[in-house]
Amino acid sequence: MEEKKPIIKVVDLVRKFDEFEAVRGISFEVEHGEVFAFLGPNGAGKTTTIKMLTTLLKPTSGKILINGFDPLTQQNEVRKSFGIVFQDQSLDDELTAYENMEFHAVLYNVPTKLRKKRIEELLKFTELWERKDDLIRSFSGGMRRRLEIARGLLHHPKVLFLDEPTLGLDPQTRNHIWEYIKDLNQKEGVTVFFTTHYIDEAERSAGKVAIIDHGQIIIRGTPSKIKEQAKAKSLEDAFISLTGKEIREEELGVGESMRYNQRLRHRRQ
Amino acid sequence: MNAIYILWLRQLKRYFRSKSRIIGSLGQPLLFLLALSFGFGPIFQKAGGGNYLEFLAPGVVAMGILFTALFSGIEIIWDKQFGFLKETLVAPVTRLRIMIGRTLGGATIALIQGIIVLIIAYFIGFRLSSINLLLAFVFMFLVAIIFTALGTAIASLLEDMQGFQLIMNFLVMPIFFFSGALFPLNDLPRTISLISGANPLTYGVDGLRGALTGISQFGLGTDLLVLILTSAILLFFGGYLFSQIEI
Ligand SMILES: Nc1ncnc2c1ncn2[C@@H]1O[C@H](COP(=O)(O)OP(=O)(O)O)[C@@H](O)[C@H]1O
Ligand SMILES: [Mg+2]
Repeated sequence: MEEKKPIIKVVDLVRKFDEFEAVRGISFEVEHGEVFAFLGPNGAGKTTTIKMLTTLLKPTSGKILINGFDPLTQQNEVRKSFGIVFQDQSLDDELTAYENMEFHAVLYNVPTKLRKKRIEELLKFTELWERKDDLIRSFSGGMRRRLEIARGLLHHPKVLFLDEPTLGLDPQTRNHIWEYIKDLNQKEGVTVFFTTHYIDEAERSAGKVAIIDHGQIIIRGTPSKIKEQAKAKSLEDAFISLTGKEIREEELGVGESMRYNQRLRHRRQ
Repeated sequence: MNAIYILWLRQLKRYFRSKSRIIGSLGQPLLFLLALSFGFGPIFQKAGGGNYLEFLAPGVVAMGILFTALFSGIEIIWDKQFGFLKETLVAPVTRLRIMIGRTLGGATIALIQGIIVLIIAYFIGFRLSSINLLLAFVFMFLVAIIFTALGTAIASLLEDMQGFQLIMNFLVMPIFFFSGALFPLNDLPRTISLISGANPLTYGVDGLRGALTGISQFGLGTDLLVLILTSAILLFFGGYLFSQIEI
């Protein structure tokens, strides 16, 4: 059997903010067509890792290959390979829902006819079609989140990064969106890399999981393998026995998490 | 549609959707036109300078463009803080093209702003003696490009609005005062002529004045050459700084 190269390859990745090491030497691989979950509590280093994988942050040290390209030196090739839904907000408030979608589609070179079709399909799918000509400014947190996900699904990249995609959405919407993502993964072979701090989401949706805490990967493999190794009945028990703590339970709505992020950013300045 | 066009279009949509911004930024040029032309007009005339409004109007048009263009850099900081910048920074479009799209957008808005000031000047009594409006627009647009690119470059280095505001306050007035917008640059102390000579706006004002009133100090060819070179340099410089942004 022919051995295919992994689509994401990370070796000894480190990122420091001043003295603080947010990501402390992680290594992992993701195969073509896989659904891979990064599971970890808040502050574990998930977003920082995604930012390095997607050319937004430069690693302090270590090596990354996305689709065979290096995000440090081959940024444009890397950017052509992925799509992303960010954890914190990334819409233009002064544009309408449709305009936000269109902006994305043009930047990502989705051909005109397909663009119109997909925008309509995705806005209907996320139940935003009626509001397509309203400014984002008037949208609630949940609506914004749905639009960001719809936008992330507009072009079909080789790798789709989802940073806590369903944070703050109700269970029904979460399931609905995961159906779509799984479909995309199966029909078009899009590799999915997502982060979450919902254990059930990781268990249900991912073929492979890496548990990350304090900037380090503690264990990775299929959910059943992780359970086996940790001698635990559920992934949750495995998580607790491996990290020695419960995953952060209180949930933030998108609006709250946005404000939380903004506060964080203010503090960082 | 292509990436540069959609980036340009986004800037324009945002501009036309914020009426207060359009009107607010006209206050200062209007004040300068009225106060200075009525206040200094008689003295200027007595000193043999001719019609002051005719001298002043191209300078104030340039000022309107300068302010709008430089301050459009703040959009980058907004986009950083509101998160939208990420969306453009991960797109499969080179950062230089993103920078060009944004700069063209900001410059177009500054140009529109300049044209509005020109129309206001007309109503106050400014008359074009040599009507080369097309050439005037070329000069206005080049000035707009230069200072939008400069504003973008500076904003790329900064995280917050206060810092940007502070730097702008240090930059805007000297650039404006030492550009020949308000007073002729001949017979000035050596240091001041050196500063003016290094100021790109000087050539913009001179070229614009030449195109609108037929009086130019350096010659329109020189003005054009300096402005084109400066915009090319600043676009690449700004493009480089923009490409170094981390989020
Ligand atoms: N720009 C930054 N400057 C300083 N510290 C940061 C910055 N970004 C993230 N951090 C810190 O790095 C750690 C990991 O953050 P993050 O990657 O966002 O975690 P997660 O996404 O897993 O919740 C946190 O302690 C966070 O405060
Ligand atoms: Mg995160």
